[in-house]
Formats: sequence, C-alpha cells, structure tokens
Amino acid sequence: MRHLLSIEDLDRAGIERIMERADSFAEVGRRDIKKVPTLRGRTIVSLFLEASTRTSTSFELAAKRLSADLVSVKAANSSVEKGESLRDTVATLSAYEPEAIVIRAPHAGAAQLVAGWTDAAVVNAGDGKHEHPSQALLDVYALRARLGSLEGKRIWIVGDVLHSRVARSSAQAFRMMGAEVTLCGPPTLIPREAADALGCEVTHRLEGLDEADVVYALRMQRERMEESYLPSLREYVANYQIDARRLGPRQLLMHPGPVNRGVELAPEVVDGPNSLIAEQVRGGLFVRMAILYELLAGGERPRAGRERAGAQVSAQAPIGEPA
Amino acid sequence: MRAIGSLDWRGGAEPGREAVILREARVVDPRAGIDAPHDVVVREGRVAELAAPGSAELPEAELIEAKDLLVTPAFFDPHVHLRTPGREDEEDIETGTRAAAAGGYCGIVAMANTDPPVDNPAAVESLRERARAEAAIPTGFAATLTRGMRGEELTDATELAQVGAVALSDDGLPVCSAGVMRRALQYQALADLPIALHEEDPALSGAGVMHEGRVSARLGLAGIPSVSESTLIERDLALAAYEGARVHIQHLSAAESVAAIERAKGAGVSVTCEATPHHLTLTDEAVMSLDARFKMNPPLRAESDRQALIAALRSGVIDCVATDHAPHSQDEKEVPFEQAAMGVTGLETAFAALYTDLVEPGLLELGTLIERLGAGAAALGFEPPTLVPGAEANLVLIDLEREWEAGADGWESRSRNSCFAGRTLRGRVLVTIAAGRVAYRQRSFAMGVAG
Repeated sequence: MRHLLSIEDLDRAGIERIMERADSFAEVGRRDIKKVPTLRGRTIVSLFLEASTRTSTSFELAAKRLSADLVSVKAANSSVEKGESLRDTVATLSAYEPEAIVIRAPHAGAAQLVAGWTDAAVVNAGDGKHEHPSQALLDVYALRARLGSLEGKRIWIVGDVLHSRVARSSAQAFRMMGAEVTLCGPPTLIPREAADALGCEVTHRLEGLDEADVVYALRMQRERMEESYLPSLREYVANYQIDARRLGPRQLLMHPGPVNRGVELAPEVVDGPNSLIAEQVRGGLFVRMAILYELLAGGERPRAGRERAGAQVSAQAPIGEPA
Repeated sequence: MRAIGSLDWRGGAEPGREAVILREARVVDPRAGIDAPHDVVVREGRVAELAAPGSAELPEAELIEAKDLLVTPAFFDPHVHLRTPGREDEEDIETGTRAAAAGGYCGIVAMANTDPPVDNPAAVESLRERARAEAAIPTGFAATLTRGMRGEELTDATELAQVGAVALSDDGLPVCSAGVMRRALQYQALADLPIALHEEDPALSGAGVMHEGRVSARLGLAGIPSVSESTLIERDLALAAYEGARVHIQHLSAAESVAAIERAKGAGVSVTCEATPHHLTLTDEAVMSLDARFKMNPPLRAESDRQALIAALRSGVIDCVATDHAPHSQDEKEVPFEQAAMGVTGLETAFAALYTDLVEPGLLELGTLIERLGAGAAALGFEPPTLVPGAEANLVLIDLEREWEAGADGWESRSRNSCFAGRTLRGRVLVTIAAGRVAYRQRSFAMGVAG
C-alpha cells in the first residue's frame, strides 16, 4: 500500500493485516512505556484544513508513539487561510521531505491530488463528504474486538448519509468484512442510487431495526434544517433518534463523534452498556499507528527515493522494543 | 441564410485567390448525396469542380495528394468560448480560432459570457474588429440576451443585430425568470436574432458539481439532477410555442431533455439543439477519477443519457454537434474537484473523438457525423458547408487511418483542459480550407507535402 486515500485501496486481507498490527500496538499500549522506535528519524506532516479534534489528536499521538518527528499544520493559522493554494502548501511542506502527509480537507479528492504532488505517503484523514478510511478501519477494529468477526452481521447506519464521509467509507469496509449494511435516514438525506452505489439496503424507517446486530448513528448537523432537508429537529428526533426504547439489549451502538446528545442519540444510550463509542476512540489510536506503520515500515512499500532521509528502518524491526 | 465567409476573419478582406487541387480524394458530402472519389478543385473561394480522379489540371494550383484520404465539408461550431475580453491568459481570438481550424472548423460563434460580458453594441464592434485582424477562420460573436447576464433586463437587440451580433445568449447562465424569457422571445419578432439557451434550474442544481446518480452517491459530491436541465427546457419550449419564437437549446445532456425536444419538434415548435462530443462519448463514470478535466456544466451523465443523445443525434432530434469549447487555466483545474472551474476544451478533438467512439464502433454513420458537425451553421442562420460545385469552399482533408495521442504534440488552444488528453484517437484533420483559403495544415502533413 503506497497511500491510504480510499478504503478501496485495501482488500479484506489488507484490512486484516492492519487489524493484527493494531492489536500488537494495543499490547504495547498496555505497557508502562507506550512508545516504540519504529519510525525514529522519520517526518510526518499532519495537515488539517478543516476543524477536527479526535482525528488530528489520534493521528498525532500515533505518530509520537511511533517516535516519528511530527509537524502539525492547521487551517486556522496556516497560509491556506491567507489564500495559498493546496498545491503550493503541499510543495512547501514537501520541501522538508516528509515520509508521510496526513491530510484532512473540506473537499473530495484533496488527498488524492496531494498524492500526485509529493513523494510522501499520503493518508486521507477525511476529504469532504467523500471518504474517511481510517475511521472505517477503527470502526472495523472496535467491532472485531467485540464480535470476533463481522461475517454475516447486520449493521444499520442511521442518519444523514448524504453528507457523511464516514458512512461512505465504513459501509464499504463493513461489507468487505462480510457484514450486510442497511442505510436508514430521511429520503432527503439518502443519496439517489445509494443502494447501487454502496451495495447496501436502503430504508427510510427504523421499523425493522431490531434485526440489526449493530446500530451506527451518524451526526445530524443543525444546518440541515436551514437547508430544508428536514422540517425540524423534532421530526428528526421522533423518527430517527436511537434511544433505550429502540436499542435492544444485544445490539451494539456506534457513532463517529462528536455526538449531539439528544439529537441522533438519547443521552442514556451514549454511555450505556451497548455503546462502543469510547472503544472506537481508544482503538483509533492503535489503528492509526498501524496505518502509519503499514505505509512507512510495511513490507510492500517501495523504498526508492526514501534512503536519502537516512532513516533505515527495516520492515522486520521488532516493534515491541521501547524507545 | 448568410455565407459563413461573411463572418469576420483575417481572410475576409479580399476574396481568396488561392487555387488548390485535392487529388484523388474520397469525397463525402451527405448533404449533397456525394460519396465518391474525385479531384476537388478550389478556386477563387469556391468549390470550382469535382473532377474525375486524376483528371483535374490547373497550372497555378497547389496540388495536394489526397489518395486514401477523405475530403468532406468543414465543420461549424455554434458554441465556443474565446475568453476575450477578460481571460486572454486562457484563450484569445487568435489561439481559439487556430484551435478551431486545427479541428476542421471553417466557422465558429463565440459566446458572450466574457469579463465583462458582451452586452452592448460597442463590445460587439470591438470584437469584430479584432477578429478581422486575428481570426484564423470566420468568427461570429453572440451578445448576451440580458444586460450583464443578470436575467433581468433585455439587451438592445435591434442595435446589437445592426452592429453584427449573430445571436443572443446568456450561455453559462439560465434566464431564471419566465417573464423575462417570454419578453425576449416576443422581441425576437423585431430583432430577428437566434436565441441560444443554457438550460438549468439553479434551484435544482444547487451546489451540484456533477451528475446526480450512482457515482455522485459513491463520491459524496453534490449532484446536479437531470431534471434541472429538462424542466427549464420544457418551460422555454412552452413559451416558444406560445410566442411563435424560435430557440436553439445548447448542450443537451439528459435523456429527459431529448424527450422534451422530440415532443416539441413533433408539435411544430421552432427549435434546434446541440450536443457536445464529451456528452456523446463520456459518462459520469469518468468522474470516479475525481479528475477535474471531467468537470463541466452540464455534467457528464449516465450511460442511458449518453445512449439517448446518440440516438437523437442519429435521428436528427439533435441537430448538430457543438463543442462548448471552454478553456481554463491549470490553476483553475489543479484543485479538488468541487473547487475546479467547469468546462473543457473541445475544438481540436471533436471529430476524432466522435469518429473513434461513435463511428468506428458502428453507433453512427460517418456521413451523419459530418452532417451534424456542420449543421450548427444552419441552426444560427448560416449556409451549412457543402461541396456542391459553386459553393463557398469550406472543406476539410482528413486521414481516417491516422492514430494520434491527443495533446501529445501540444495544443493550438492556449489551454489544455481537454477531457481527451492522453487518449489515442483515430482520424486526424490534415488541412482545413475556410471560405476558399487554407486556414490550417497539420504540421507533419505539411512537411510531407514539402518533401
């Protein structure tokens, strides 16, 4: 794997490999010293051109746990704010010869463009409403930890699918791992031809939710009311909110965060026993360590052009040694 | 109908003195029912004779060996953006018309959505003057239908007609107000200019950047539904029928639009319409690449839409091919898809793309393609190119066997945002003669002649 731009850059075996790698990093995470020297001397740029707390924190901590040198750029105080083009920003950052660029951008395809402009491995940390592959991988990781396998499981993704990069990436990942996915949401917020495009069932009502093994609620943004996708928040809550009444005792609950308590989820289920939300965040760190490892120290990566950095890290280097 | 040669261009000051014999060419002119080998003799601006192969002699004439090559009427593009005034970094009259000549065109009409828009007589006069100095082929200029393309007040249509605007169009934008559109159609009875319409309901297009369908659902890009186009077409066809006006509908993209036009034509509405090479050869699947070279308005649509366009081009429901040649700088295209400018160039690849993707696979007859590539002239009131002896000499020499990589040798256009760049196409324009003068010679062919 050269870059992680789309979840479709991976197949089932590739996802499994990252899961196993994440497991070994989780094991390191239980030690006193949680840092490994794997990426010592390597530079990772974290370029976040859109607000993000959990994804940027998670990637940055992942880079630090792997002993990489981290440069973090945020839109709020970057030259992008001053009108510099993405291409020029990337050219500037590439001058530091980073081994990887982790990019979050408000537009679809931004990560893919960046991959064409730099020698670095590029990780898509969310591009517009297109994809969020690391989220999909951490979702699979959290489910795998709880269920063992996703094979034959029924997963309902509920809410604003139209505007959700999480839905697009995670639905694909769940299907790759053998699950059946149903998209459920208001007709105005499910894209036309979504069933065909994403290989999922589509429904507009929560009736039948009891068949689901997993309920994955999406964030409902208030702007959608102003754009008249929905008559009112009250209607949304009445039709789609997941609460203790609707969530069965054996059903797992997921959410990409941040949660609008009282909108897509009733407060009691967020912290309830079925909730995997905290585990998603926790596992996310190990999954992102695994992604960076896979790209920078994994066996498949072509080495050409990397030696100049002088960071000779063998793919066989034990990852469990403390730094 | 006017002669194409009456439009403004560098060669227009005096009648062409050049004499050319295209020897032993396969001559195809579907309009005149010709498909046979001939020597084509061009003299004093006209097709002087279609002589028996190898028989023509004219001492002063340049002799072009055309054995195994095709001579057909040249093409006319009713829909080109020359970006002048305002964005000469992307195209100007000279580069744009050179690109047209290289594509086999003997005439084009430039749209008025420049910066500032061509919405007054002085602007038209100034462009005409520049075309007389710079244009490689006859070039007409449209003026806007409404002042500043704001869709509120009509432009001075009779005065614009007097100074030589050839059509009225707010192309790039629809006329949203049905009331304003109705007044424009009423006023046509006085100004007598063709009205060309970009049809799109912005309330339905919204922030859309591509066709709404399976691919937009997968990519998370906002979609432009096909009904955004067809509903406004239906409105304007109803208004045109009511007012007895004639309209030319630009760049059809959707099956629903084809159906609307077919119904209106059946009911006797005076309507012509065009489709572009990219809508006839590509679909929204191309956007899976997220490459902004595939971003234009109207967007590439589904395969079923493309098939409807091809069928309509074949049957004549779609009258002509127009390129909607829309040059853009690299800066405007090397950005994420949603931020990229809409539009693709098309003049230099139109024939080859359509020949490769429609004629070679058997979807369209060669003769039909040639007819439709010239029929844009009639749609805007010009005599379509023909090879009937005595006609103005608008013709093109083509090597149908020649394969070439689009863009590999650069472009005549100042911009290179071609959706065919890098593709191997079949069929290359070698020589274009516009109103009796050689307007273009393909470089390698020119060397072949010299050597």
